[in-house]
Amino acid sequence: MPSITREEVAHLARLARIELSDDELDHLAPQLDQIIGLVGQVSQVAADDIPPTSHALPLTNVMRADENVPCLTPEQALSGAPAQEEQRFRVPRILEED
Amino acid sequence: MSDLTRKTAAELAELMTSKQASSVEITQAHLDRIAAVDGDVHAFLHVDTEGALAQAKAVDTKRAAGEQLAPLAGVPLALKDVLTQEGVPTTAGSKILEGWKPPYDSTVVKRLKAAGIVILGKTNMDEFAMGSSTENSAYGTTHNPWDLGRIPGGSGGGSSAAISAYEAPLAIGTDTGGSIRQPGAFTGTVGVKPTYGGTSRYGLIALASSLDTPGPCARTTLDAALLHEAIAGYDPMDSTSINQPVPAVVEAARNGDVAGLRIGVVKELGGEGYQPGVEARFHEAVELLTKLGAEVVEVSCPHFEYALPAYYLILPSEASSNLAKFDAMRYGLRVGDNGENSAEKVTSLTREAGFGAEVKRRIILGTHALSSGYYDAYYGQAQKVRTLIARDFAKAYEQVDVLVSPATPTTAFAIGDRIDDPIAMYKNDLCTIPSNLAGNAAASFPCGLADEDGLPVGFHVMAPVMRDDLCYQVGAALESALAEQWGGVLMTKAPELEVTR
Repeated sequence: MPSITREEVAHLARLARIELSDDELDHLAPQLDQIIGLVGQVSQVAADDIPPTSHALPLTNVMRADENVPCLTPEQALSGAPAQEEQRFRVPRILEED
Repeated sequence: MSDLTRKTAAELAELMTSKQASSVEITQAHLDRIAAVDGDVHAFLHVDTEGALAQAKAVDTKRAAGEQLAPLAGVPLALKDVLTQEGVPTTAGSKILEGWKPPYDSTVVKRLKAAGIVILGKTNMDEFAMGSSTENSAYGTTHNPWDLGRIPGGSGGGSSAAISAYEAPLAIGTDTGGSIRQPGAFTGTVGVKPTYGGTSRYGLIALASSLDTPGPCARTTLDAALLHEAIAGYDPMDSTSINQPVPAVVEAARNGDVAGLRIGVVKELGGEGYQPGVEARFHEAVELLTKLGAEVVEVSCPHFEYALPAYYLILPSEASSNLAKFDAMRYGLRVGDNGENSAEKVTSLTREAGFGAEVKRRIILGTHALSSGYYDAYYGQAQKVRTLIARDFAKAYEQVDVLVSPATPTTAFAIGDRIDDPIAMYKNDLCTIPSNLAGNAAASFPCGLADEDGLPVGFHVMAPVMRDDLCYQVGAALESALAEQWGGVLMTKAPELEVTR
């Protein structure tokens, strides 16, 4: 039995906001199954009492003084926008009709 | 004047200081070389001819005015296309960013400019740095100058190919799992991954934020150290930047004395799956270091065998989150905005069209690893393995100053060989990944050609956090001893590329 089914891959793609064609799904699902077989090896390590590491080096929260510093102009910030209107990013509708 | 493109960065700097060559001449020579060979190599995605010549001219003007200049002022460089440079196209090898011109400079670029280093253009890479061959670039594969039928390594194959094709004496790469060191090994050049936090990530298009590290690529150890010094150091714009002095890398590269240095050969990084020619050159290099006075012992790092699976959970998890920003709203590609489709639909259509197969694989894998019900078994467990790998390093460094291994299990493979076999591709990074997980400094130095295919082999040195200098010390010792044997650095054995006019 595969560790991940075609339906699960389709569901994950929806969660990740990636449309996938049937062909892509046919190709991806078995590859992901193999990869999950590989990465699943981490479960062979006895590590119940080991603390997790999210970051290689010790981290402390970094603060800076609350001072004005130069920043992008609106023109610069919008310079890569796919569409803009009235000095704002224009986006497709975000609510469903009705 | 002999060919300026054959000079090291240090030699070029000297030529400019002694007024024997100008930065404009040197820059033009490299632009000409790019025009002559890049049709075959395809190291560059964008060549900024005007910008480079303007930077060169500015340096020449300052020098003529008697201004004090940084050591590498006027030396040209190739920049990996994952770092932002204001007004210059930056794609990270992806269609989703085609045509994007960032409105700001990354910290690395700011420092290059401040040092007077001339940026020739942007180099090819696997899309979003996901890959080991540049075959995942949306803009075509880079060819290895040692054998144009082979890959140059990845993800920073463009940067390493550029320096080994003499298109630039210096290049910037970024290393998340080996993307500086593995292409360095495959192209007979030097590649250094600084300590995580030793170089700034600000303006580096993020792949895995807890692993990404910019660093230098060059044909000699000294050149890499000079570039390392120019870009490294604390940056308040990067919250994980280390606020400590930069390790004395240039001094170490000039010194190159390994007498009394304790070197540990990692037992787990060798044997089955390693090409005989790679192992032969590696062991000869270890013997050479022993002759130079290093004390060599074998060291065991038992959890390194789980570094690869842990990495391929941690990286996709972080990547799936980092790449969520490519939503077609603020910059980059937008597909399907027809007035009917919702924002969510437009995002999904754009990501389908804009991302390549490997990026999709990893985003979906990361989404899976982070989903409820799987989180503890995958991402959580991988983070625990990461702790065990860091402990293996810590324990080893109680006994030795540096650890060594081959940089890669094999030499450069043929284009197309592993493109549809993700697991075979991932195994390229067996030796390099542990240092990313632990955050320590590591580097690959050329140590010869494999007998079976005549291709370069990399010698991998891993040093403790903020002891990047030790990598250079070993690299410099090895380089000068080998250059004495060969009558020059390994690159002098590279075949001549055909030049088109």
